[in-house]
Amino acid sequence: MSELSELYQQVILDHNKKPRNFRKLESANHSAEGFNPLCGDHLTVYLNLEDDAVKEISFEGSGCAISKAAASMMTQAVKGKSKQDAEQLFSSFHEMVTSDSDKENVAERLGNLKVFSGVREFPVRVKCATLAWHTMHAALNNEALASTE
Amino acid sequence: MRGSKRNLMATIEKSVSKKTQDVGFDVQRIREDFPVLRQTVNGKPLVYLDNAASSQVPQVVIDRGSIYLEDEHSNIHRGVHYLSQKATTAYEGAREKVKRFINARESRECIFVRGATEGINLVMHGYGRKFIGPGDEIIISAMEHHANIVPWQMLCEEKGASLRVIPMNDAGELLLDEYDALLNERTKLVAVTHVSNALGTVNPIKQMIDQAHKYGVPVLIDGAQSAPHLLVDVQDLDCDFYTFSGHKMFAPTGSGVVYGKASVLETMNPFQGGGDMIKSVTFEKTIYGDLPNKFEAGTPAIASQIGLGAAIDYLNTIDRKQAAAYEHELLRYATEKLSAIEGVRIIGTAREKLSVLSFVIDDIHPHDIGTILDQEGIAVRAGHHCAQPVMQRFNVPATARASFAFYNTKEEVDMLARTIEKVVEIFS
Repeated sequence: MSELSELYQQVILDHNKKPRNFRKLESANHSAEGFNPLCGDHLTVYLNLEDDAVKEISFEGSGCAISKAAASMMTQAVKGKSKQDAEQLFSSFHEMVTSDSDKENVAERLGNLKVFSGVREFPVRVKCATLAWHTMHAALNNEALASTE
Repeated sequence: MRGSKRNLMATIEKSVSKKTQDVGFDVQRIREDFPVLRQTVNGKPLVYLDNAASSQVPQVVIDRGSIYLEDEHSNIHRGVHYLSQKATTAYEGAREKVKRFINARESRECIFVRGATEGINLVMHGYGRKFIGPGDEIIISAMEHHANIVPWQMLCEEKGASLRVIPMNDAGELLLDEYDALLNERTKLVAVTHVSNALGTVNPIKQMIDQAHKYGVPVLIDGAQSAPHLLVDVQDLDCDFYTFSGHKMFAPTGSGVVYGKASVLETMNPFQGGGDMIKSVTFEKTIYGDLPNKFEAGTPAIASQIGLGAAIDYLNTIDRKQAAAYEHELLRYATEKLSAIEGVRIIGTAREKLSVLSFVIDDIHPHDIGTILDQEGIAVRAGHHCAQPVMQRFNVPATARASFAFYNTKEEVDMLARTIEKVVEIFS
């Protein structure tokens, strides 16, 4: 079960159990809803953007361990970043979970988000890991809805 | 050499199986009929428990499809040549087999469709759009598959009719008094499932059909989950429509049937327009064909429907009452094993159930359960099973679902239970 323990690492299980920034953000000036029609995962990402920087970020909703942990760790990683850096992080994250090549600079940028690299061995779960990111992207760009389909 | 080795393996497996088989039903012999079951997944023997989504195909059905493609393929009905006649004979022969399988009065009452979804849509277009109007009501149940909800919603929206829903109790049983209260002079159609794909509940459809007929209301039965498991007699049920999919009963995808009483089918509008469904066409007027052609426009899935005929032949070689009893025992055993695991909750605990075991585990999403089971070679379904209203009724986002066929074994159930224990352990 080595691929499995690679997927369900302790950090991921911990964030699934105790998701960080898991609440509605009262001060939000941007938000978007994300759906994964395949499994019914559904979450909302709230953003407080000031001067093009993510001042506050939170999420709520329901989903599998991978999608919940990904959302939780995303909020931590993105908080305080500029809009451009947040989008850049999304594209690095997306590249890590979808491509086979391990690029040094990609891994470096991602920091502890590297725990999601095991997802690439489970193609049907990639959408779980990226749902929150797609939703954040939609919120940043004033789109109300994001879908992994 | 390889052949004899395989024979030897089969003999060994057979002798082992004798010890594990259940009384009177030689499951190991049945398993040999299904080549797909011989494979391994992630290094483990495949444990296929997703039969409610699609069942596997026995060798005889595969062979029948090959024979058609190798020796008989041609377009049907229209050709005077040898191959066309051969193909037509095989295709219409499959219809005869369907007729006997569900005990229809006549084979022209059995319309070939791509599956139950298309069967329901055919009735919606052919019957619903002609006979249902503003203020009319259509009754469905709280446990329908989206295929038996969405077409009726579309019709209601188009016609200004309304959808009424028979509620169910916490066990997943329909409330028949409530159903009785819903029936009235505005009711124009009842469309209910025979067996719930999400809960496994077997509905008392004969009684429900009787109730509807007291008001002169026709009834459509979604038989997608019942046709593979139950002996269906449409004359005894007296249903007006009954539809099922071939791919859930050991035939290829693209095969399926909607049965309708000839007297009702005659009054309906055609479904799709095109070739094969007409008697004559001029730019001024088209005269539609007789049953069943009226409802079968264009070249159908000939190979698949012939495969459905072969699947029915295959089922006729099995004592289906014995197979049903065997499946019932598997479900009972699996329910007992899974219920014993801490944190596991069974969704759907009706007294009358078959084949389907839906469950959730505290704080573990079904999608995660599905991934971990898959790593052990176990195929289950995780999700809303195209029955989102059922999920909402039980207040769960999704369930994991194991669904059985007569080729599954108690050893496979043990594997399932052991792996679910592992799932609980990983997330503890």
